[in-house]
Amino acid sequence: MSYFLFIENIRGLGETLNLYEYMGKEVFRRHGIPVPSGYVVEKETDTRKYEMPVVVKSQILLGGRGKSGGIKFAKSEEELKSSVKQLLGSKIRDLTVTKVLVEEMIDIKKEMYVSIALDRTNKSPILICTSEGGVEIESVSSDKIFTRIIDPLLGYSQFIGRDAVNFMKLEPEVGKQFMAILEKLYEIFNTEDCELVEINPLVVTGNGKVIAADSKMVIDSDSLFRHREFEVVDPEKTPLELEANSKGYSFIELNGNIGVIANGAGLTMATLDALTLHNAKPRNFLDLGGTDNSETVSNSFEFVLKANPKTILVNIFGGITKCDTVATGIALAKSRFGIKQPIVVRLSGIREEEGRKILKDSGIDSYPSMMEAVEGVVKVTGGN
Amino acid sequence: MSVYVDKDTRVVVQGITGKQGSFHAGEMMAFGTNVVAGTSPTKAGTKFNDRVPVVSSMRDAMEFEPNATMISVAAPFVKDAAFEAIDAGIKLIYILTEHVPFHDSMEIYHNAKRKGIVMLGPNGPGITAISSKCKIGIMPGKIFKKGNVAVASRSGTLTYEIVDAVTRSGRGESTVIGLGGDPVVGLSYIDVLQQFEKDPETEQIVLVGEIGGSNEELAAAYIKKHVTKKVVAYITGRSAPPGKRMGHAGAIIEKGVGTAESKIKAFNDAGVKVADYPINVPDFLE
Repeated sequence: MSYFLFIENIRGLGETLNLYEYMGKEVFRRHGIPVPSGYVVEKETDTRKYEMPVVVKSQILLGGRGKSGGIKFAKSEEELKSSVKQLLGSKIRDLTVTKVLVEEMIDIKKEMYVSIALDRTNKSPILICTSEGGVEIESVSSDKIFTRIIDPLLGYSQFIGRDAVNFMKLEPEVGKQFMAILEKLYEIFNTEDCELVEINPLVVTGNGKVIAADSKMVIDSDSLFRHREFEVVDPEKTPLELEANSKGYSFIELNGNIGVIANGAGLTMATLDALTLHNAKPRNFLDLGGTDNSETVSNSFEFVLKANPKTILVNIFGGITKCDTVATGIALAKSRFGIKQPIVVRLSGIREEEGRKILKDSGIDSYPSMMEAVEGVVKVTGGN
Repeated sequence: MSVYVDKDTRVVVQGITGKQGSFHAGEMMAFGTNVVAGTSPTKAGTKFNDRVPVVSSMRDAMEFEPNATMISVAAPFVKDAAFEAIDAGIKLIYILTEHVPFHDSMEIYHNAKRKGIVMLGPNGPGITAISSKCKIGIMPGKIFKKGNVAVASRSGTLTYEIVDAVTRSGRGESTVIGLGGDPVVGLSYIDVLQQFEKDPETEQIVLVGEIGGSNEELAAAYIKKHVTKKVVAYITGRSAPPGKRMGHAGAIIEKGVGTAESKIKAFNDAGVKVADYPINVPDFLE
């Protein structure tokens, strides 16, 4: 299988919990991977006396910080104070910088790249490394990249490191340090439940030391029950999405005018697709999941209503989630929130007839098929 | 004939007295599944539905000669339950639970594979073999009719939608398999395509895919080379904006990879027709 297919599998990963550079470096330090010495600054007055020169790095979850002006260098205390002042509160591609990392300047002789990620097709960790680091891995030519699927039951063993060092043609002293780092990186990948742990660049200094100059860690959000130390960072989510997510709803804002509630991620996506194919625009994605609780259904309307849609489409295929439970929840929401918008409902499956009757008593139209409901809601919504 | 399970499949439910476990064990029995035992840490010695013996461990459950298990315990305990089943010598493990850490799924998968055990899930609706009257999982029993269409899907409710459409069109199903929506699941499209191709009961195949990853592209390449039976597909997520995770852990488009367009193109190149709406899937079947 080609190298690029590996990358595709890795990039296809799901719900991500990204750690800031300084958090990742704390994990590295804890596991014994060498990192530059430094400290985090959240207020201008927090800067300390430090051996100059230093690097001042904005803590945001974006690649290419340097090019966007998010990294500065300081040779004196005045320069350090002015760099911190400039960066804190500044915006880099819509994200506000709230923390900066002040670090000793490293004397860079060589930049390498190393990462361990999940390869979904092989259901195994994959090691990727190259002696040409410091740039996006996608821009390195594939014959310069070493990849190796690691059997998770065998785990990391030195032969893997030896093969990588030989491929990268590292000098013996550098190779020895590289192998030690690789062993710890694999330990981090496992013990911290990583989807990805990446060092780019992994630097060889002027005096031959190998140091992690940056860190990127993505943690499996399903593993949080055993990693309470990590705070959830997701700069991509809107306040309404975060609010809905905190109440347990899978909710995404989109930019149309039809509110959507459905059960199951696949069916919810299919509902959005069907609307789009009818040249209609969904306002949101809301998956009720496998609930069979009328309150949960009713409360879900709160978030859809906050998004102020013109109409609301509810698409339910009853299984675990029974149709009468959903109907009761919809009727409850209608009276509780005083919903003025037209609500179009599709009910199929377990207890369909009971559900339809409950809705009829509340003056809500319902259809037995998805296509009729989609066409119905498109009609009442009118032109965009 | 059906794939992975048949009328001789004897099922244990690990966590049979929990809310999910007890409801679905009852539904499975109503469908005709032979549930031979259940485990519960606290209710050993009782009978489930006045009929099925409840025991405290998989070792004890083996007395009833099961060959498959459904695991319905909370996510942090799934790995232990699966290891217990592997150690006891079970042949098929279906994990109903969602939010299992993928590192755990990875360990379960490789240990199962070493011993020739089939793993299904996590976070999928399971498997239903209609003519064998064997359902392991949570699919609603009423949507099926015996027929020659095999279905494999990465999603749950959407699978029911499509099965329902197939049934309403006057056709019926052979085996329906939900692979699961997690980054690491036991079976791939290729695994089940191999089985469907060999299965005399299956004459045509429906694949239900979604955005994210490259599973559908790999399946398309496999179909082109190895599958002689008719395959029809449906792909969901074509309206999803890049970078937004659409519910399933796998369903996200990043850096332009894993798009619906790429998957539809791959299927078309392999001679597989892709339906625009779930309801249109039967239009392409024989």
